[in-house]
Amino acid sequence: MAQYLPVECRANSPYARKMDAYFRPMSLPEALDLMARHRPQPLAGGTDLYPWITGAEVWGPRPALNWLDMSGIAALRGVSATRIGALATWTEVAEAALPPAFRALQQAARQVGGRQVQNRGTVLGNLCNASPAADGVPPLLLLDAEVELASAAGTRRIALSQFILHNRRTARTPEEIAVALHIPAQPDVESRFEKLGARKQLVISIAMAAGLARWDGKRIAQARVAIGACSPVARRLHGLEAALLGATRDEAAQIIARLPLPELSPIADVRGSAAYRAAAARDVVARAVLA
Amino acid sequence: MNAMPPPPIALTVNGQTHALPLPPATRLSAALRDTLGLTGTKIGCDAGDCGACTVLLDGAQVCACMVPVAQAAGAQVTTVEGLAGTRWGQALAASFLHHGAAQCGICTPGMVMAAAELLARDATPDEAAVEAALGGVLCRCTGYRKITDAVLDAHRFLDTPPAPESGAVGARIPRLDGPAKLDGSERYGADAAPADALWLRPIRSPHAHARFTLPDIPQFLAANPGVEAVLTARDVPGRNGFGIYPHIKDQPVFAEHTVLYRGDCVAALVGTRDAVLRAEFPVAWVPLPALDVTAARADGAPLLHAHLPGNILTTGRVVSGTAAPAAHTARIAVQTSFVEHAYIEPEAGYAQRIGDVVEVFASTQAPYMDREEVAGVLGIPEDRVRIIPSACGGGFGGKLDVAVQPMLAVAAWLLNKPVRTIYARPESMLSSTKRHPASITAEAGCDAQGRLTHIHFDGDYDTGAYASWGPTVAGRVPVHASGPYRVPQVAAVARAVHTHNPPSGAFRGFGVPQAAIAQEALWDQLADAAGLDRLEFRVLNALRAGDTTATGQRVEHSVGLLACLEALRPHWQALRARAAAENARGGALRHGVGVACMWYGIGNTGMSNPSTMRLELTPDGALTFFNGAVDIGQGSTTVLHQIAAEALGLPVVVFAHVNGDTFLTPDAGKTSASRQTFVSGRAAFEAGRALRADILRRANAGDDAALSLEAGVLRVNGASLHLHETLRAEGRFDPPTVPLDENGQGIPYATYGFAAQIAALAVDTRLGTIKLYRIVAAHDVGRAINPTLLEGQIHGGIAQGIGLALMEEYIPGRTENLHDYLIPSMGDVPPIDTILIEDPEPLGPCGAKGVGEPALVATAPAIYSAIRDATGAVITRVPALPHRVLEALRRG
Ligand SMILES: Cc1cc2nc3c(=O)[nH]c(=O)nc-3n(C[C@@H](O)[C@@H](O)[C@H](O)COP(=O)(O)OP(=O)(O)OC[C@H]3O[C@@H](n4cnc5c(N)ncnc54)[C@H](O)[C@@H]3O)c2cc1C
Ligand code: FES
Ligand code: FES
Repeated sequence: MAQYLPVECRANSPYARKMDAYFRPMSLPEALDLMARHRPQPLAGGTDLYPWITGAEVWGPRPALNWLDMSGIAALRGVSATRIGALATWTEVAEAALPPAFRALQQAARQVGGRQVQNRGTVLGNLCNASPAADGVPPLLLLDAEVELASAAGTRRIALSQFILHNRRTARTPEEIAVALHIPAQPDVESRFEKLGARKQLVISIAMAAGLARWDGKRIAQARVAIGACSPVARRLHGLEAALLGATRDEAAQIIARLPLPELSPIADVRGSAAYRAAAARDVVARAVLA
Repeated sequence: MNAMPPPPIALTVNGQTHALPLPPATRLSAALRDTLGLTGTKIGCDAGDCGACTVLLDGAQVCACMVPVAQAAGAQVTTVEGLAGTRWGQALAASFLHHGAAQCGICTPGMVMAAAELLARDATPDEAAVEAALGGVLCRCTGYRKITDAVLDAHRFLDTPPAPESGAVGARIPRLDGPAKLDGSERYGADAAPADALWLRPIRSPHAHARFTLPDIPQFLAANPGVEAVLTARDVPGRNGFGIYPHIKDQPVFAEHTVLYRGDCVAALVGTRDAVLRAEFPVAWVPLPALDVTAARADGAPLLHAHLPGNILTTGRVVSGTAAPAAHTARIAVQTSFVEHAYIEPEAGYAQRIGDVVEVFASTQAPYMDREEVAGVLGIPEDRVRIIPSACGGGFGGKLDVAVQPMLAVAAWLLNKPVRTIYARPESMLSSTKRHPASITAEAGCDAQGRLTHIHFDGDYDTGAYASWGPTVAGRVPVHASGPYRVPQVAAVARAVHTHNPPSGAFRGFGVPQAAIAQEALWDQLADAAGLDRLEFRVLNALRAGDTTATGQRVEHSVGLLACLEALRPHWQALRARAAAENARGGALRHGVGVACMWYGIGNTGMSNPSTMRLELTPDGALTFFNGAVDIGQGSTTVLHQIAAEALGLPVVVFAHVNGDTFLTPDAGKTSASRQTFVSGRAAFEAGRALRADILRRANAGDDAALSLEAGVLRVNGASLHLHETLRAEGRFDPPTVPLDENGQGIPYATYGFAAQIAALAVDTRLGTIKLYRIVAAHDVGRAINPTLLEGQIHGGIAQGIGLALMEEYIPGRTENLHDYLIPSMGDVPPIDTILIEDPEPLGPCGAKGVGEPALVATAPAIYSAIRDATGAVITRVPALPHRVLEALRRG
């Protein structure tokens, strides 16, 4: 039986006007049933949800929130070379034995917040939260990951590149849970993650890129590149990947420096100007692909 | 959904299981603190950003503020209180104390919990492992280096209790108030309140400038049971205004009709915590145009305060000398940003009324000034206000202004019930004072040999909506605008300009760090023009004992700048050689080394700022130090004990301590302007000497007699001395100054701190990022009373200087949390070499003067000097965020 716990925003009080509900189902079917009936907010590690609450309470009470705590659902656990479960934390991903193409994801995992955040925050939560600066997205775009979404009506799979639609918007319907990521077979090539920020730890990316290159002698035989924080949604740069085929290291550097990148639409914010992002983007890409 | 009581949650904390009837989404931190009373777990942000709330969940570190208590059920939770009893807990505590790794101590529980996770799997980690494990906890005081050392070293303290220390002047004794910071028992503003205290929630303006109408209050109260009162301007029994200066009480407790900055307070709800936090209080706002500095200074600009033409609060001026012909000149225009103090402890406290006395327990740097403000707003005499400072989780100038105190006092006074409040991080950031943003233009020259001829300095300092410490900044800046150098002609003007921005107040350096950025950049340009090495240029022009400053003051003693520069010279040469070698290899990384000097007048500018310290020795041998100087982490409690002990001739361990309670301790003045070691230190020295003289007279002993006090027995030269009455000795010191005239002539300070710092770094010329390799800091401190604590101050000041230089920019509405407002994290502070120069100050206690602010001033200019050395880029927009570094590079 799911625990059904009516609660208030902060604590018990006879004056409660706004009520939160908190569900903690122990199986996926129960969870999907609750999702269908109450459309609660899924809760994994809480590292986005709790800071959101703090922000929402600055000027007064926040709106009510129904929570669906997924932490009791064993089926959502696990990390392997083909599947990352919804409850897999950054630490679990960083410490797992994974093929070399996962290196960028593992490097990103160790740069998301501090250990406290890595021990709790999940990779899927990072995707579902859909921040333009989400560090998990470029490494997973590189892997052509697919998101498995489940609802009481059934499951579907959708490419990560189709899943995140815009800043803070995904293709997930309010009844769905993202249950896992599925990853196809990968080239036996080490990938790399480059993150640009204004301080060493606990920093949100100004721009970040994931890249890999398979070399055939002195020439690139296969390249993959993805970049984040330079457009509302992180993007694979397929045009650049194609242009890099057959390039030597020096040629590749020139191509990365010059090729038009229509995928990018960097904005100015407190972390950097738009022009800076546009220039820095090429540099982090070069470092991710060619380093 | 029907309300039914949630089943209790079984939470196991430090080995004990509790059944807690809490809503499952309750933050674990709230459950620990509010329900179980385990207040050792600190709250700095409730958003994962500061790590102060770090606890172990089944051995893994997590932020308790982001864990729903439901998810902690069934796990083992370990807090600092639990860790304190373990082998590693004790080793960490001993190592932290030995290394001076806890200053204010508010981050310390989080640091040791993160360290405990690491040490459990690796007893002898390397530095990279420490950084990875502790990087999620922010510290605003220490600059992290000593924390890293303490963790690396912790294994050496396993099963070894610390040896007792005598604490003579010059000894590296651990801070006396340290143990409570390590085991979680220290009580900060949020950690104590009467059980029945009501909760106060301020209602603030989201607009920079607006007219407003409050809702109908009786109707609101009727609709919101549990809210007992809504306090507004009409309810303030005394004067509805506070402010630092006796004649400028311009900041209202509750604004009337119009708000002047985003964060201005218009009312407060008082009642049960749930009721006040959940109530919707609909204020009708009519936003009005908001002025920045340019708009505020424009002809015909509307006035923020009707009596201040041109929106100019104060103008400070120093004009002296006549210009000598200059062979080279340089000019610069610099724009700096608001800087947030970002103490990890948000403002918090409680007030209660006891008969006709009101008691306020809160985090503060200035209990006696708080007393004046509270008495003013209540309209009662000061002797009916008792300020009890909590432990202070960081101040840096920001807790010199009152925050929670006036409203809590008004509420407790009117309702006759205890009332508490704790600001959330965003509220702390948007309501509190900031470092002034400065728009500076400066021009200077030197002769063909490189000797300075003049400096002309003009600065507009954005003082925000209310005066706060604006006049202090405008007064201090011109005095310091020429730096610690011989400059024949000085013309320096600084204006504090009112705008609809947050009030700018006191922040480590009172405007001087901003000025130093401009002035030191000019020196680099002039040194190049004159063909001199940048360090030798400063040696050539350094102020020396016997020189006369721009204010006409002859500085006779303790002018240790030259010694600082000479101590730096070998480091300078070695680091320059290393940078040259690195650069010879080519590539996108360009290495550079920079140098900058500073001076800083200790104490108030041309104004009396006395301190009184008292010692009492009872017939049964109880020796008590009544010390009104609040220790905000900088270590004054320890240092003042060391001084008093030295003067008295007894070890520090025999002293009992009463600190900062305005009913018990004499007025020591505020903890600011780097004055406590110098001013209160001298007072403590005098108190110690007076008590010693009294004892020796009674024992009929000579000046060199040896005292001891053990088991309540006082001995003089081994013979016990029985006292028939309590001995009381007071020491008082007010540094001699002469107020400045209209040209800034006078003796603004009795003594100055001097320093020179080197920064060595690499600039990534493609991304504009900066990698600091090393800071070398030479500081003339007069006398090092406690070198460990001094180094801690210097490290912490440097870390804040790094933040000022490279990342900190408070933008109202945009960087109001510790996610978007960046302060240096552990990996941002490079290794620091500290060189203490002791050029004694005859007025100071045992020759000592202050260091709290001097630590910060030279760092940003040294970093910019190094960036220019590496790349030629002159930074004129502060902070030097990566995109600004690249823009400066393109400008060349
Ligand atoms: C101090 C700090 C620093 C950080 N630094 C970084 C950083 O450098 N880079 C970075 O990318 N991120 C950073 N983050 C954010 C990062 O921690 C989160 O994005 C995290 O990965 C989200 O996972 P979670 O399990 O904590 O999500 P939660 O907070 O539990 O949920 C996040 C959102 O996703 C939804 N959700 C979660 N899981 C699912 C699911 N399976 N199905 C459907 N919806 C779901 C939730 O409803 C919620 O809207 C930081 C956070 C903090 C507090
Ligand atoms: S209080 Fe939890 S991280 Fe700041
Ligand atoms: S000692 Fe770390 S914040 Fe004060």
